[in-house]
Amino acid sequence: MAEIETSTAPSGVLSGAARMFDYWAIAYKRTWKGSVITSFVSPLLYVLAMGVLLGGFIEGDPSTLEGATSYLDFVAPGLLAAQAMTIVFGEVTYPVMGMVKWHKTYFGMTATPLGVPDVIVAHLGFALFRVAISCAVFVVVMAPFGVFASVAGALGAFLVSLLVGLAFATPIYALSAGLKDESPFALVFRLGMMPLFLFSGAFFPIANLDGWLQVVAKATPLWHGVDLTRMLTLGDVDWPLAAIHVLYLAVLAVLGWFWAVRRLTKRMVS
Amino acid sequence: MILAQGLRKSFGAFEAVKGIDVDVRRGESFGFLGPNGAGKSSTMRMVAAVSPVSGGTLRILGLDPDTDGPEIRSRIGVCPQEDTLDTELTVRDNLFVYGRYFGLGRKVVRERVDELLEFVQLTEKADAMVEDLSGGMKRRLTIARSLINRPEILLLDEPTTGLDPQARHVVWDRLFRLKQQGVTIVLTTHYMDEAEQLSDRLVVMDKGLIVAEGSPLSLIAEHSTREVAELRFGVGEHEAIAAKVEDLADRVEVLPDRLLLYTVDGEETVAKVHERGLEPIVTLVRRSTLEDVFLRLTGRTLVD
Ligand SMILES: Nc1ncnc2c1ncn2[C@@H]1O[C@H](COP(=O)(O)OP(=O)(O)OP(=O)(O)O)[C@@H](O)[C@H]1O
Ligand SMILES: [Mg+2]
Repeated sequence: MAEIETSTAPSGVLSGAARMFDYWAIAYKRTWKGSVITSFVSPLLYVLAMGVLLGGFIEGDPSTLEGATSYLDFVAPGLLAAQAMTIVFGEVTYPVMGMVKWHKTYFGMTATPLGVPDVIVAHLGFALFRVAISCAVFVVVMAPFGVFASVAGALGAFLVSLLVGLAFATPIYALSAGLKDESPFALVFRLGMMPLFLFSGAFFPIANLDGWLQVVAKATPLWHGVDLTRMLTLGDVDWPLAAIHVLYLAVLAVLGWFWAVRRLTKRMVS
Repeated sequence: MILAQGLRKSFGAFEAVKGIDVDVRRGESFGFLGPNGAGKSSTMRMVAAVSPVSGGTLRILGLDPDTDGPEIRSRIGVCPQEDTLDTELTVRDNLFVYGRYFGLGRKVVRERVDELLEFVQLTEKADAMVEDLSGGMKRRLTIARSLINRPEILLLDEPTTGLDPQARHVVWDRLFRLKQQGVTIVLTTHYMDEAEQLSDRLVVMDKGLIVAEGSPLSLIAEHSTREVAELRFGVGEHEAIAAKVEDLADRVEVLPDRLLLYTVDGEETVAKVHERGLEPIVTLVRRSTLEDVFLRLTGRTLVD
């Protein structure tokens, strides 16, 4: 292909975002070492501690473990979905504020033919890439432990982790894009991510929660992601319910997208 | 190349640009001279197609920024007032990724990066991190970055503000070369020497309005005298003495620390002041500058 020598406007959002590939590749080359622990090591430590060691004390009764025959089988899909969420929280909070406020990198980017939506798609694309490699490694490492009922189930669980990532990425990105300073992030992590992580059915069946707490848990996006992932890994899929999970997560991702474009535009264009 | 008619910019109820007419021609180097808050950056950001126009019309390269923003931005180069470099990337990577945003091929960008590094004399710093560069180097890098797409118009918002005199001269030298290559340049500044050095034609802006327009020389000829005698007396004496020398000059300006006597022949005027028995602590005779034009038009100094 001939080298392009004249500058042009991109033909659409995706082609605009694709122009930022090299930026994100260079950024990743610089930072990947720092992300090894959060992406690859800590999820596996959780599996080891929770699934194998703690799980050894828990009776593998399918009637109380949502159909799982061991606690490891129960907790692995929960951790997979939670991992997708955790990565996204890290990727679209402080880094977004950095590029809007501290370094003004976004302002440099949008002084070119690229626009606000292109910049968002590229950043979200990078966040999903981080989710993808982390979750892929997780799936590959967990496979020998027999936590996946089938290859299709493993593949499905992996794809769901991307959907979970996207469903969290767009709204949290939107939130970050409009914040004036970073202090609310502490709340986002402590009162947002931590409770979701602990109480959305990743570690214990939400049937254990009291009446209204269970309703709250079922309303959270992570529960939908965990439940969907678990159905797939255990190979026992309730299709109508699975469709509701997918729809819920997809709607959240789409609404978050529109909100993100609105907030970042408002922040940057004046 | 750029045509603005009755161009306005408001932020809420505040109007930063209050209806200006500007016409920049191809190959020309055009300046906006004005003090802090005059509306220079607001104007530049509209021209750069990153800030929506609030009123009037604006055409850049014949295109409307409202509908053709990306196309316009693909054909211009922008050096914003505040650096937006990626401080965590190297000098070379900053240029490389920027070139890619314009849709240019990797090989083309790599070639241009080397050329531009040479041009702004940063070849040796190619692999340094941006955060380790001096202010002047960052500015030169930003200028190099704005040239990566071979722009038809180069917009420079205060290219040398905050730089030491030596660094400023290096930047001026590079901009002068671009001007000689025929690049259309639009710059803002609140330094009258920068405006004089770099612009063929300029507008003087104050409080969102254009108060004068022309070449540096014609503006001086039109709004000031050939020479200025600056006289410094004791603190608090200036007002009283101004009254005594009023008839010796075309015009007398009283500043807190000195008197300015606008006249054709400064030395002669100073001699006459001495004849009247007045002994200034310091006297200086100089040619009129754009600073004097600005003082004349607005009653204020450019840099305070
Ligand atoms: N985004 C904004 N929101 C609100 N007010 C703004 C905004 N940008 C600029 N202003 C106001 O508009 C006026 C003109 O600002 P502008 O930055 O255009 O001036 P300037 O001539 O570039 O000044 P300087 O020499 O300080 O850069 C100022 O009073 C400024 O406070
Ligand atoms: Mg400005």
